[in-house]
Amino acid sequence: MELANIEKLVEKYLNAATTLQEETTLKNYFTEGSVAPHLQEYAYMFNYFATAKDETYTKTIQLEPKKSKTRNFKWLSVAASVMLLFSVFIGKQEYERHQAKKQFEQISKGLRLLSSNLKKGQKAVTSLYTYEDTVKKILK
Amino acid sequence: MNQSDFLKVVLPFKDKVFRLAKRLLVSTEEAEDATQELLFKLWRSKEKIADYKNVEAFAMTMTKNYCYDRLKSKQASNLTLIHSNYKEKDTSLDKKMEYQDSVNQVHQLIEKLPEQQKIIIQLRDIEEYDFEEICKMVDMKPTAVRVALSRARKTIREELIKKHNYGVS
Repeated sequence: MELANIEKLVEKYLNAATTLQEETTLKNYFTEGSVAPHLQEYAYMFNYFATAKDETYTKTIQLEPKKSKTRNFKWLSVAASVMLLFSVFIGKQEYERHQAKKQFEQISKGLRLLSSNLKKGQKAVTSLYTYEDTVKKILK
Repeated sequence: MNQSDFLKVVLPFKDKVFRLAKRLLVSTEEAEDATQELLFKLWRSKEKIADYKNVEAFAMTMTKNYCYDRLKSKQASNLTLIHSNYKEKDTSLDKKMEYQDSVNQVHQLIEKLPEQQKIIIQLRDIEEYDFEEICKMVDMKPTAVRVALSRARKTIREELIKKHNYGVS
């Protein structure tokens, strides 16, 4: 393509008035080498555009990611609530047992006190009996 | 629509989605994540896709919106995207280094453009969509698209000339 024509197209290109077809013509001209020196900057541009189009997405496409992740979280919360219920239940049992033990200790302490005092009374009574016996002996 | 049908629809434009995402998000990893996310979203709404005439345009619009959202959240969390892992594929080794440099410069120049111009130049000059499709994808009037495109092209050209004049003098 002759230079005059290219210059005209370039002018149109800058004003964004070119069609896709005309832009392809420009692209071909500028990427094939032998560019007029005063149009050098366009060669850089079009070469860049051409190379930029070569970049591709190379990773594999995953269509079902993340689903399992959310499900895990769901089950985790279920497990956590079960654990919480269980530990509350166990804790309550433990507390009741502790309370019962405390009560038992208090009651047995009271009973021990009672029994020791009763023993004292009994001793006194027995000493009274022996007193009566000796009195009877002496009186006879 | 089963998986293989879906892939048949999606495969022709998955690279375009990826390139647009990369143009906007800069980093390759981000763009890969975005592409994956988008394809997954499309797959979930596969029932609707069957009714669309132009799935590709729909996908590109989705990509654009998704990337905007990503960028917004990046800015909100004070993270800036720094372009560090950019490697341009070599065209051919016998080309001069300087020439290659200038070609790569174009990439950086496009990066500096406003987002809207970035998208439009990506869609037009790299992916070669026609104006009607671009208007649908970016939801703009044809004249606005042309103005943005013309501005983008002129900016790139002027910057290139500036750089080269600095090099010479």
